[in-house]
Amino acid sequence: MQYETVIGLEIHAQLLTKSKIFCGCSTKFGEKPNSQVCPVCLGMPGVLPVLNKKAIDFAIKTALATNCTVNEHSVFARKNYFYPDLPKNYQISQYELPLSVKGYIEVVLDGNIKKIGITRIHMEEDAGKNIHEGINDASHVDLNRTGVPLMEIVSEPDMRTPEEAVAYLKKLRDILRYLDVCDGNMEEGSFRCDANVSIRPLGQKEFGTKAELKNMNSFKFVQKALEYEIDRQREALEDGKKIIQETRLWDSNKGVTISMRSKEEAHDYRYFPEPDLVPLIVDKKWLEDIHSELPELPDAKRERFVKDYSLPEYDAEFLTSSIAMADYFEGCVKLHNQPKIVSNWIMGDLARLLNEDNLDIKDSPITPKKLTDMLKLMDKGIISGKIAKVVFEEMFKTGNDPDAIVQEKGLVQVTDESEIEKVIDEVIKANPGQLADYKAGKDKLFGFFVGQVMKESKGKANPAKVNELLKKKLSK
Amino acid sequence: MLHKLTIHELHEKIKNREITAKDIASDVFKRIEAADGKVKAYLSVTRDEALKQAENADKEIKAGSVKALTGIPIAIKDNICINGIKTTCASKMLENFIPPYDATVITRLKNNGYVLTGKTNMDEFAMGSSTENSAFGATRNPYDLERVPGGSSGGSAAAVSADECIAALGSDTGGSIRQPAALCGVVGMKPTYGRVSRYGLVAFASSLDQIGPITKDVTDCAIMMNTISGHDKCDSTSADVSLPDFTKALKKDVKGLKIGIPDEYFIEGIDPEIEKSVMDAVKLLESMGAKSELIKLPHTGYAIAAYYILATSEASSNLARYDGVKYGFRAKGKDLIDMYMETRAKGFGSEVKRRIMLGTYALSAGYYDAYYKKAQQVRTLIKRDFDEAFKKVDVIITPTSPTPAFKIGEKTADPLQMYLSDIFTISVNLAGVPAASIPSGFTKGNLPIGLQIIAKPFDEETIIRTAYAFEQSTDYHKKRPSI
Repeated sequence: MQYETVIGLEIHAQLLTKSKIFCGCSTKFGEKPNSQVCPVCLGMPGVLPVLNKKAIDFAIKTALATNCTVNEHSVFARKNYFYPDLPKNYQISQYELPLSVKGYIEVVLDGNIKKIGITRIHMEEDAGKNIHEGINDASHVDLNRTGVPLMEIVSEPDMRTPEEAVAYLKKLRDILRYLDVCDGNMEEGSFRCDANVSIRPLGQKEFGTKAELKNMNSFKFVQKALEYEIDRQREALEDGKKIIQETRLWDSNKGVTISMRSKEEAHDYRYFPEPDLVPLIVDKKWLEDIHSELPELPDAKRERFVKDYSLPEYDAEFLTSSIAMADYFEGCVKLHNQPKIVSNWIMGDLARLLNEDNLDIKDSPITPKKLTDMLKLMDKGIISGKIAKVVFEEMFKTGNDPDAIVQEKGLVQVTDESEIEKVIDEVIKANPGQLADYKAGKDKLFGFFVGQVMKESKGKANPAKVNELLKKKLSK
Repeated sequence: MLHKLTIHELHEKIKNREITAKDIASDVFKRIEAADGKVKAYLSVTRDEALKQAENADKEIKAGSVKALTGIPIAIKDNICINGIKTTCASKMLENFIPPYDATVITRLKNNGYVLTGKTNMDEFAMGSSTENSAFGATRNPYDLERVPGGSSGGSAAAVSADECIAALGSDTGGSIRQPAALCGVVGMKPTYGRVSRYGLVAFASSLDQIGPITKDVTDCAIMMNTISGHDKCDSTSADVSLPDFTKALKKDVKGLKIGIPDEYFIEGIDPEIEKSVMDAVKLLESMGAKSELIKLPHTGYAIAAYYILATSEASSNLARYDGVKYGFRAKGKDLIDMYMETRAKGFGSEVKRRIMLGTYALSAGYYDAYYKKAQQVRTLIKRDFDEAFKKVDVIITPTSPTPAFKIGEKTADPLQMYLSDIFTISVNLAGVPAASIPSGFTKGNLPIGLQIIAKPFDEETIIRTAYAFEQSTDYHKKRPSI
């Protein structure tokens, strides 16, 4: 039987505010355990939360950037459960009336745009961390993270493949980074993803029974965990078994998902409105102020890139994945108006080199000026495309100007016909067999001769000239 | 005999340099030594701290700076946090808990030069109406040591009544200031919800809790209200409204004042002496130019039920933090869950556990709508009752408690009977309106009777004016127990 997968994602994004959501403590990551705490985030008797307005600003920004409706009136609620990393034994969150609802974002898959719905975005506080390693007979608790503002972004069950889920996740992260509200670091846990997955016979309307997947701290693991889980569910159904509603943990070492708790064992969180906070009122003025601060967002930028630079959707999506990337591209185009060529270099060699060195485009040793200077050398015929690749690698390594590299390494293209002819003659002489075959009709061997000539000239021969002269010589 | 005086009387003497702060402190501590063995109002007496504060106060006095509470010995209920001073909530759970911060009201008292006498006994976590639910023993009513002082702020009310301090702070969630004030023959005010910051008050039921003063007379109540009231950015539920000078309301003038007498409050089971005392008080106010009429507060009958759902629901969550992990009492357990359970089983008393269980149940999936949500709806209706009533009248007058002080042990076996002690005070917390209890007479058995005056939100001034007019025409407030 053919099955269709249904995926919905719940994202927890840590907000980049300087202080915590309900007290003035610093949110700095990696400090000494329990050094960023005060009576409020420690949940001491008698303390009260005071809402950090900046955190709401950030969440409103996100809501507007994901086409959500911001509720004028929203309410904080207590989510009650016992855990040592949760000092009050309740988490202040939002439940019945969240900050914002009903939005969507667009993802590009195989050049097609798909809308993924967002059910809600609400605010809550993060918990601390329990520490078990290296301690005998006890566990310790680090409460530095307690009270760091979190945004929970819940999607509609709109995704049908792991690839779509990952595309949505990446797009959402791009948007948060555009807005500078979350650093989007999955490994460090500032951007966490839980997935609800189910499958159903193709054509069936009702959803299948879902499993909730947790503990996937990279895009790769999200992809793998979803693939594993879909297979697991399909096999179970094909074996005539039933899927049970449960929470499952992804084990990245074994590459499997493991049952953590069933629906029956799920917590009753006993949500009720937080009496220590008044309802949150977001008026028109507040919304307008935030709206006016929004940067150009990925989708708008992508559309503009397609329109203004005649780029394919794929290129535009790639180049608009971050503001720095888009700025880099536009910086180049301003200096050298050949968008598609610029795009090819960025998506190809530059992306590869940055990736190898784990560098952000902001830290690229090759500036837009250097890249476009190199393209100009190509245009003028001073270097060939092949040499350009060498120059590019050298620029990346040294940060030097392309002119200097070309001069220093003697990479100037040879366009002098007599010099090229000399090489051609040598190549023909050295390959009598191939020459005979070519003359006997094996046209494909033309490429062989071009390659040999380029090789002999160490890539410096002007390819157009080589073509032209070879044709002449071989037809003799 | 300085301990017998009021804030305003001592303030005059200090200002006139007749006495020093140290004189007052020494005298009050002598009184505590003499009386507290019998009354047991205090959980801890902070003599050293007090003498230091008194010395500082004397320096200030010498420098010519006398503030409203300079040198005045004040007792604090043991659920209000003071930096460096043990705050137990009369619970084994917090037996050794020392807060590293001051409640906002404490900061305000400090800024006004107060002297701390100590922390007073209470029902554990403010849950009770007799101060018998203290993990550290019951407080006695100074008028009759066989009887309860009321609760939960029984220690504070008894300390003021027995002159073991000049004034005190209590907290009131369903009557915990007013009922003990009534039973001990002193003045107690629960301000409008949001009038006084709750920051540093150990929460019982956050949407109902309010700190307020317990004093020997209405003038002192106004002085204390001036000190502790006002917006606090540390408490999001504190109201950012203009703050009057409450002492300006100390006028013996009730001409034209419209008094409402709610039909529903004169129920079966009310002590006839109390009913008579309240009606006599209304007659007295009428004789001074006030007018009274019968009014309706139709949803009064649902108040106790709604209260015990809402208050316990909030409490079940507020008290979740006492788990043995971070501070306070920890019992040994074989694993985490076992440690949680042992700690909470041994650290909490039975009334606290009863209420945690009630609240946990009321908030549970499948019951929330039937209990918590319904109770919230009832609360809205009760609030509307008051809104409607205050369209017609300026104040509502009722008894504070249906009975005078009852015997120790009399109601402990029957929680429901105990809950009825707050039948006249609970609606006020649900509605968030201000109310005070003032002495309005004595029973034949020489037990104090309290009169409750309720006003609309943020109109404590009208309560103070009414109470002052009544007080100045009577001398119940001058009477002290013969202990």
